[in-house]
Amino acid sequence: MSATLAVLRKDLRLELRTFETLPAMVLFSLSTFVIFHFALARTTISGQLAAGVLTVTLLFAALLGAGRLFVAEREQGGFDAFLLAPVDRNALLLAKATAMFVFLVVLEVIAVPAFGLLLLGPPLGPRLAGLVAVIALADVALSVIGTLVSAIAIHTRARDMISPIIGLPLLLPALIATARAAAPVLAHRSAASPPGKWLLILALYDVVFALLSYAVFDFLLED
Amino acid sequence: MISSGRGLRALSLATIAMITLALALVFFYAPLDANQGFIQKIFYLHVPLAITALCGFVFGGLLAIGHLRSGDRKWDMRSYVAIHMALIFGVGGLITGSIWAKASWGHWWVWSDPTLVSFLIVMLLFATYQPLRFSIEDPERQARYASVFAIVAGAFVPLNFIAVRAAQGVVHPRVLTLTGSKLPGSMGLTFAISLLAIALLYVTLWRYEMAAKNARIQLRRLRRAALGEEAAPGVARSAAPS
Amino acid sequence: MDQPAIELRGLTRRFGERAALADVSVRLPVGATLAVLGRNGAGKSTLLRILATLLRPHSGRVSVLGQPLPRAAYAVRARVGLLAHEPLLYRDLSGRENLDYHARLHGVAPERVQRLLEAVGMGARADDPVRSLSRGLVQRLAVCRAVLHEPIVLLLDEPGANLDPQAAELIEPLVGGGNGRTCVLTSHDPSAAMERADLVLGLRDGRASFVLPPAEVTEPQLRKLYA
Repeated sequence: MSATLAVLRKDLRLELRTFETLPAMVLFSLSTFVIFHFALARTTISGQLAAGVLTVTLLFAALLGAGRLFVAEREQGGFDAFLLAPVDRNALLLAKATAMFVFLVVLEVIAVPAFGLLLLGPPLGPRLAGLVAVIALADVALSVIGTLVSAIAIHTRARDMISPIIGLPLLLPALIATARAAAPVLAHRSAASPPGKWLLILALYDVVFALLSYAVFDFLLED
Repeated sequence: MISSGRGLRALSLATIAMITLALALVFFYAPLDANQGFIQKIFYLHVPLAITALCGFVFGGLLAIGHLRSGDRKWDMRSYVAIHMALIFGVGGLITGSIWAKASWGHWWVWSDPTLVSFLIVMLLFATYQPLRFSIEDPERQARYASVFAIVAGAFVPLNFIAVRAAQGVVHPRVLTLTGSKLPGSMGLTFAISLLAIALLYVTLWRYEMAAKNARIQLRRLRRAALGEEAAPGVARSAAPS
Repeated sequence: MDQPAIELRGLTRRFGERAALADVSVRLPVGATLAVLGRNGAGKSTLLRILATLLRPHSGRVSVLGQPLPRAAYAVRARVGLLAHEPLLYRDLSGRENLDYHARLHGVAPERVQRLLEAVGMGARADDPVRSLSRGLVQRLAVCRAVLHEPIVLLLDEPGANLDPQAAELIEPLVGGGNGRTCVLTSHDPSAAMERADLVLGLRDGRASFVLPPAEVTEPQLRKLYA
């Protein structure tokens, strides 16, 4: 656990020092909202369409961020530094996934209100709690898969391409669940809380892939 | 033992016999569908191809577990061939599925069908298997990372089907349920034989490709031992285990 | 007491079909220094990385301080220190922050970081980002990182590289032999390495050309190594 905290601390400190990842994710999201506004040619969107737009934007911002997760490790000898320490290798997985989760939360604090402002129309208000629940579960999925796929891709030659082409199909079930769960929350009239069935599927997905990643991560690090 | 050519002839004969039997049943025994006509018979090709492909992917994942646990590269070879074969069968399944969709519902593709959509997602995932392998140059790492991928992707197959099924209504005719086949007798028998034939074909081709690859590897090793390094220079970057 | 610090028997490590190390055998007693000589690509760094538990042996036997690798890698890691080609430091963090990170990973008391920084004369520039330091200063930090957890076995890949004589003097007590410390070092300069060594291993194309005390190594043997 202390190793996980050490790595997490180091990663957050590095991000605060260099700002390489978070601003890019935020700018990307905001630009994407503008693009969607023009591409869809509507004053406001709601319901399933809004849920889809939000989900897709978060997905691509997450993939952007995930692609940078292990770059410093790879280029500045960080893997060796970690592997030389007498610690559980999974600490790296846990730390990186947590860092990714933190980045996503910070991103969403900015992007979701922006989404509400630019695309949604009526204010989110009381429905926010439901949306937060959906996004939180989605963030876990994005963090776990993002970390796993990034760790696989970092040692390949075409690392920026491999990451998304593997990550997207893997994330599809989680994305379907996210978009379906968020749809009723974002409806203009008679907004409702997210359906339990989809939250359950999302939670199941999170648990299964978290366990799977935990089981295989060691094999990605060893040589 | 699996990788040598032993037993291959018997297996091939059994496969050919099964395929012949299946064809005979499809054309002469199974009833003609009232609505869809003759083209419906592609169902006997499509569903077995799809089922075999999916099982092949999961099989590849299980073999990959064997590789990671034992560290023996033979298992990686088995896993690679299993997934490779399953991809080919899967493409066959997608094409025949599209033909059948056109015949049944008038469209080459329907989004409302969860089975078709799940299958597409799985194929999209496994299509990245070979590019992934090809982009890792160190052969040890390539094999290890491919195995990690195969395990995660293999576990993904059932999960994906659950999620997509929950998402959409059911348009795809559910022919196999937990309580047994819903097909009338003659169709059921034909289907079972077709499935068996395609599965046997998969296993036979799997063993053939492994035997061929192993023969090539052994030949290269012998040439190196006998004639020195220059006689058989190292394999250039490749996606296949060597 | 007669358990060797390092024992290799028939160590082999492949890269694809090529052998990076082939059938290497060495026995190094505790407290002794081993010099590993050879051209680029001879396998020196691979050997060090295997001893550092970063790479697994493909066949043969490796044991460090009586612990077999890779099975006991976890235990070995705490007692082995590696000074590699790369400093293994994050360029955007300061020297102090980097060492703090390593200290936490290794469970080392934070005070040791300050003591080490002062011992190598880095007290003043410890809070500058590594990016802004000269190679010599970075190498001093790398040495701190390598010895932070007081390893019993030191693996040094070209330890003198990038160091001016004054700095070399500063780090000598930290990485030099003596105090019962076992060292394995590689070098491009055979004479300097052999001066400090109790045993010399000559590698050529992954194979051990010779394993001898420095006094017994002949000129022709050395020449063949670098031919």
